[in-house]
Amino acid sequence: MEAFTTHTGRAVPLRRSNVDTDQIIPAVWLKQVSRTGFEKGLFAAWREDPSFVLNDPAHEGASILVAGPDFGTGSSREHAVWALQQYGFRVVIAPRFGDIFRNNATKGGLLPVVLPGEVVEEIQDLVEADPAAEITVDLGAREVRYGADGAHGFEIDDYTRWRLMEGLDDIGLTLRYADHITTYENGRQSWLPTTV
Amino acid sequence: MSEGRTLAEKVWDQHVVRRAEGEPDLLYIDLHLIHEVTSPQAFDGLRMAGRTVRRPDLTIATEDHNVPTRDILAPIADPVSRAQVETLRKNAAEFGIRLHPMGDDGQGIVHVIGPQLGLTQPGMTVVCGDSHTSTHGAFGALAFGIGTSEVEHVLATQTLPAYRPKTMAIEVRGELPAGVTAKDLILAIIAKIGTGGGQGHIVEYRGEAIRELSMEARMTICNMSIEAGARAGMIAPDETTFEYLRGREHAPQGAEWDAAVEYWKSLRTDDDAEFDTVVEIDAASLTPFVTWGTNPGQGLPLGASVPSPEEFADPVERAAAERALEYMGLTAGTPLREIAVDTVFLGSCTNGRIEDLRAAAEVLRGRKVVTRTLVVPGSMRVKAAAEAEGLDRVFKEAGAEWREAGCSMCLGMNPDQLAAGERSASTSNRNFEGRQGKGGRTHLVSPAVAAATAVTGRLTAPADL
Repeated sequence: MEAFTTHTGRAVPLRRSNVDTDQIIPAVWLKQVSRTGFEKGLFAAWREDPSFVLNDPAHEGASILVAGPDFGTGSSREHAVWALQQYGFRVVIAPRFGDIFRNNATKGGLLPVVLPGEVVEEIQDLVEADPAAEITVDLGAREVRYGADGAHGFEIDDYTRWRLMEGLDDIGLTLRYADHITTYENGRQSWLPTTV
Repeated sequence: MSEGRTLAEKVWDQHVVRRAEGEPDLLYIDLHLIHEVTSPQAFDGLRMAGRTVRRPDLTIATEDHNVPTRDILAPIADPVSRAQVETLRKNAAEFGIRLHPMGDDGQGIVHVIGPQLGLTQPGMTVVCGDSHTSTHGAFGALAFGIGTSEVEHVLATQTLPAYRPKTMAIEVRGELPAGVTAKDLILAIIAKIGTGGGQGHIVEYRGEAIRELSMEARMTICNMSIEAGARAGMIAPDETTFEYLRGREHAPQGAEWDAAVEYWKSLRTDDDAEFDTVVEIDAASLTPFVTWGTNPGQGLPLGASVPSPEEFADPVERAAAERALEYMGLTAGTPLREIAVDTVFLGSCTNGRIEDLRAAAEVLRGRKVVTRTLVVPGSMRVKAAAEAEGLDRVFKEAGAEWREAGCSMCLGMNPDQLAAGERSASTSNRNFEGRQGKGGRTHLVSPAVAAATAVTGRLTAPADL
């Protein structure tokens, strides 16, 4: 996983709530068995509308998505995270996220940032007025900076922050505790089922 | 401060492999369910890192999302779907994982086969790369959906690092009136708390109306916990749970059964435990419930009319309602009972079990459908059971299509889809834009409402017939 420390980039305002993962990447795209090529499926149905914000050339090359509440609800498909990343996004800012999406995002190094609704709208207003405006997301300082003097802190637990900043793979971290796992396994209740 | 623990906390604590200050708990996973869609990249990850599957004997795979529901003995026509299913077969063989492929009598939707085999038991941790894993919480298991990175993590380590979510009690007071089902109840709950209402929480459904529900009805409730944003949904195990499990293929036997039941009886929220959030619902006031919009929280009693966006005080909800009405092609003020549908879909991990089929057959017996009606059992065993009872004949004589097991029209990954602009009454779990096929419009309903709707061609409750 690519480490995430500080990111500065332009942003796309997506003024919609309940952007479920079926919209982020429709199911027909989930049939691929590879982990690449999902950028073409990102918001595939919505992108057919020429007026959809991602089709606005002013926002080309933006790397921060600024969305309404309950972003990434619904299906557990991590393809939604891959599609956003492969399209070029490094950060999604929203007032609320679906739990599974938020979890998946931190596994792959896409930073989900929760900010209050009014701050999200302020950033959306800013980048709508000036699509070239740059937003800085500073994970070390847990802060988003925007405009002339806009700044707002965000919460993220120490462990996830450390893992993202180091770019560490969860499996490697867990395997350090293989002995703990074996000890636990030896004490499991005898009636628990196996699939064989 | 109270010392009592909730059901969720008891199951969580029982599975902590390692706990350290400032880090997520490392949780042991008792059962890992796999299907073809969210696993291929996880197996690739294992191969690339030279890792293996730690506990293939706690893992089981099935083919469900991509599978056609007819001509299942022929190769899948869509080459991309076929390649995905074949990749699962290759991975299961390589890593020694039990697989129920298309055509096998144990095949079915992943959340139908776990309980059916007796693999889902009280107090277990169950995960799957599918958000409807919450279904298994009906047994008092802690069950939640995960993404592909976590699938790989569980394959490699049989554990997951996770922070314990908050706890929420949903207290369902009183009894459900006749003609009101578990599906109506969960749709009403989601409409009340919203699609984000359960975020960050494990929900425990409690109260008289919940205790009275069958296991299958409890699975319908827990299945849609994710639609309220919850990480998981649980119901404390009781005699109904034990009776459902007794004698199933993977349930404990003999002395092990007695020891297990003894433990399972301890899996209830202590009287002095406190939930972070408490929600109360009055069951007695409920009537059949349907959705009108494009998220599962946009629902109303069938007797209501399509709402006007102006009715929503919150500007975000108002904008969502405006957009939903436009997508759904609905006009504010139209009585929901006047909405005509093109297709009725009965099936899915929400409502594809035998009791769901019985409820629909009861409505359709001696009647004819006027719309395209797909009846899709949740597993091949559900199909066999329905055929043994003659339900298939009821459906076929009514003019419905009787299909093979799979996810079918719940999601647009297999041949069963809506065309653009088509409208369905569906017993599935999501009314998202394009969920049942690009441009398709979905109204979520119970099996009984689905069947009655098939008879009239408009959203209808059985009592209206």
